[in-house]
Amino acid sequence: MAETLPKNWQLGFQEPVTVVMHAIDSLHNKLLILCFAIVIFVMFLLAYVVLKFRKSVNPVPSKTTHNTFIEIVWTLVPVLILVFIAIPSFKLLYLEDRAPPADLVIKATGHQWYWSYEYNDDSGIAFDSIMLNKDEAKAQNDHYLFATDTRIVVPVNKVVRVLVTASDVLHAWAMPAFGIKIDAVPGRLNETWFRAEKEGVYYGQCSELCGIRHAFMPIVVEVVSEEKYAAWLEKAKEQFASDRTAAKSQVAALSAE
Amino acid sequence: MANTAVDAHSGHDDHGHPTGWRRYLFSTNHKDIGTMYLIFAVLAGLIGGAFSVLMRIELQNPGVDFLTTFTGGSLDGAYHLFNALVSAHAIIMIFFMVMPALIGGFGNWFVPIMIGAPDMAFPRMNNISFWLLPTSLILLLSSMFVEGDAGQTGFGGGWTMYAPLSTVGAPGPAIDLIILSMHWAGAASILGAINFITTIFNMRAPGMTLHKMPLFVWSVLVTAFLLLLSLPVLAGAITMLLTDRNFGTTFFDAAGGGDPILYQHLFWFFGHPEVYILILPGFGIVSHIISTFSRKPVFGYLGMAYAMVAIGGVGFVVWAHHMYTVGMDVDTRAYFMFATLVIAVPTGIKIFSWIATMWGGSITFPTPMLFAVGMIFLFTVGGVTGVVLANAGVDTSLHDTYYVVAHFHYTMSMGALFSIFAGFYYWIGKMSGRQYPETLGKIHFWLTFIGVNLIFFPQHFLGLAGMPRRYVDYPDVFAGWNYVSSIGAYVSYAGALVFLVICWKTLRSGAKVPENQWGEGATTLEWTLSSPPPFHQFEKLPRIK
Repeated sequence: MAETLPKNWQLGFQEPVTVVMHAIDSLHNKLLILCFAIVIFVMFLLAYVVLKFRKSVNPVPSKTTHNTFIEIVWTLVPVLILVFIAIPSFKLLYLEDRAPPADLVIKATGHQWYWSYEYNDDSGIAFDSIMLNKDEAKAQNDHYLFATDTRIVVPVNKVVRVLVTASDVLHAWAMPAFGIKIDAVPGRLNETWFRAEKEGVYYGQCSELCGIRHAFMPIVVEVVSEEKYAAWLEKAKEQFASDRTAAKSQVAALSAE
Repeated sequence: MANTAVDAHSGHDDHGHPTGWRRYLFSTNHKDIGTMYLIFAVLAGLIGGAFSVLMRIELQNPGVDFLTTFTGGSLDGAYHLFNALVSAHAIIMIFFMVMPALIGGFGNWFVPIMIGAPDMAFPRMNNISFWLLPTSLILLLSSMFVEGDAGQTGFGGGWTMYAPLSTVGAPGPAIDLIILSMHWAGAASILGAINFITTIFNMRAPGMTLHKMPLFVWSVLVTAFLLLLSLPVLAGAITMLLTDRNFGTTFFDAAGGGDPILYQHLFWFFGHPEVYILILPGFGIVSHIISTFSRKPVFGYLGMAYAMVAIGGVGFVVWAHHMYTVGMDVDTRAYFMFATLVIAVPTGIKIFSWIATMWGGSITFPTPMLFAVGMIFLFTVGGVTGVVLANAGVDTSLHDTYYVVAHFHYTMSMGALFSIFAGFYYWIGKMSGRQYPETLGKIHFWLTFIGVNLIFFPQHFLGLAGMPRRYVDYPDVFAGWNYVSSIGAYVSYAGALVFLVICWKTLRSGAKVPENQWGEGATTLEWTLSSPPPFHQFEKLPRIK
């Protein structure tokens, strides 16, 4: 199965696979051009004054301390640039917020220090998702600190709504390739959504400091074809539908370690 | 001491001020208190810096194998120690390094002198403002040795102390000690702010109108107002935290009708003005240095002053941009995004005015000027990434990643720290009467400049790739840039050690400095006094034309 991992020495975002992440990527690229333009402009000005107005080149300083015109220019031009930035920024913000009708609803609950998931359909599927330790990850040929024992499995090109909450302290459910990050807050139910365009295994990590093992509660989403999803669903119903006790004992084993 | 004052009167400047340890413990002299603040900031900075080096050693390679040496091999202990170091590093650098250096140190030293006043308005309050700080630092450091999170020593919930990790998540008394420490430091800062505001409004020399006030004084005035208005909110928030922890209230506990997000709103209502508190005095210092070494008055003085007022004002209405991912209403996020973008305008005015001050000047580049020009450039880099992060939409991807770490270190660790060093080299001759060694100063600048860029520039890449912040361990795919970042930390700390050598050499064997060592560009009142200035200056008030 195709995997999308960040690469070592990577400079930019991970490969986007949702419409939201494409939009984030594209706005970020535009902002980046602007950032470079501003920084290079300032760098050029600094280099110019450093070379042109050093004492050895310009022994007599000018006395100019005001120039109303240029002061208005450097106030108004940034205002215009900001308006120029603001329009696509608002668009992106509202795009992220407006979820299309969901095909599938999954509830993610953050715990210290693992995630548990419930499929909010008739299947009754619910399971905990716990990070594999180094040896387990190696045995399964998966990536240590990204890999979990169970994964969310979702069909490709379907709108998945994720309801996120927490049972103890704050956590955050994040999936970089989908352009998603939403805090898990005890007593609140936050909502986000995605529609993955490409099959594959996607990795994310808890993104709100949640205590000792904050770095050890990754998130894995496996995006599969509809047929594979249907097959998984059948199997998962048997395995997870009323299998909460097994998962619990696994957690107990982890904390006893 | 009262009866000895009569004899001492025969001396020139010293009105029989106490000597030895009494001179400092009981000090009511703004310059002595400023000096103590500066020494305190250097010591705290070395501790906070050492903590960051410990973190970077751990993060140099994937796997947790360094911090375990301090925890007897316990992995959970090492994970927790990392979190505790993250938290303490931030609190120390903010409350015990940058604020004491810029406001307590340079503010105390030069605000009274620059406005032509003999001292601060409330000299005894000034004394308590300072002496609360060491107590506060001791409370903070002692929190690292008592239980915090269950079964672990110290508190590992970050300087933000978000509930519920700081309430139910950390049963031990470590966080209570931190809360007390913050109350102490906050009280000290509020007293200091009252002192500065009163001094600046009431003790200006004849002719020194508000619009003739040096920009550093303006910057401290704005900062003092930010402190006065924001710190009480922090005090309220952490008091609620304290009662949630110890007295059964549920302000931040949904189970009792409270809300964890409420804490974040209260915290950031303080926290965002706080970051301007950290940088505004630096803006003031840089303005003076740029003007001095360009041998030109500051360009667009009024615009510079009111840009700081604007930054301070808008700084109060942008706090929730720290909370884009908590699940706020989209319209709320849209507002905070817009308000945050607006801050780029006054900041732009400052950057361009500094360059315009240099334009047409006759510039020399001793160490303070290097740090000031370096600050302008690096602050610009931190500024443009701020515009990226202000975008609520893009921030969904960048929130709580290393991109944010890179951004705020470019503004703080380079903006604020570079202006502190700039101010130090600019004024050390005035404060101590001794000149710093120029070559070593330049070595210090280049080590710091290269070091901090090596640390923080690669962290943009890590953040974009998705690496979350406050992680003790990371997957192999993030190894490359983390390694570079750690090397940068060692280079920077080497720079800090060079700085210590410079302090020692300056005080021991620096050349004597005349009244005005920087020549015609240095026009503020401190350059009319001897170096160091007399114990009490301006017994006859100067007249400003």
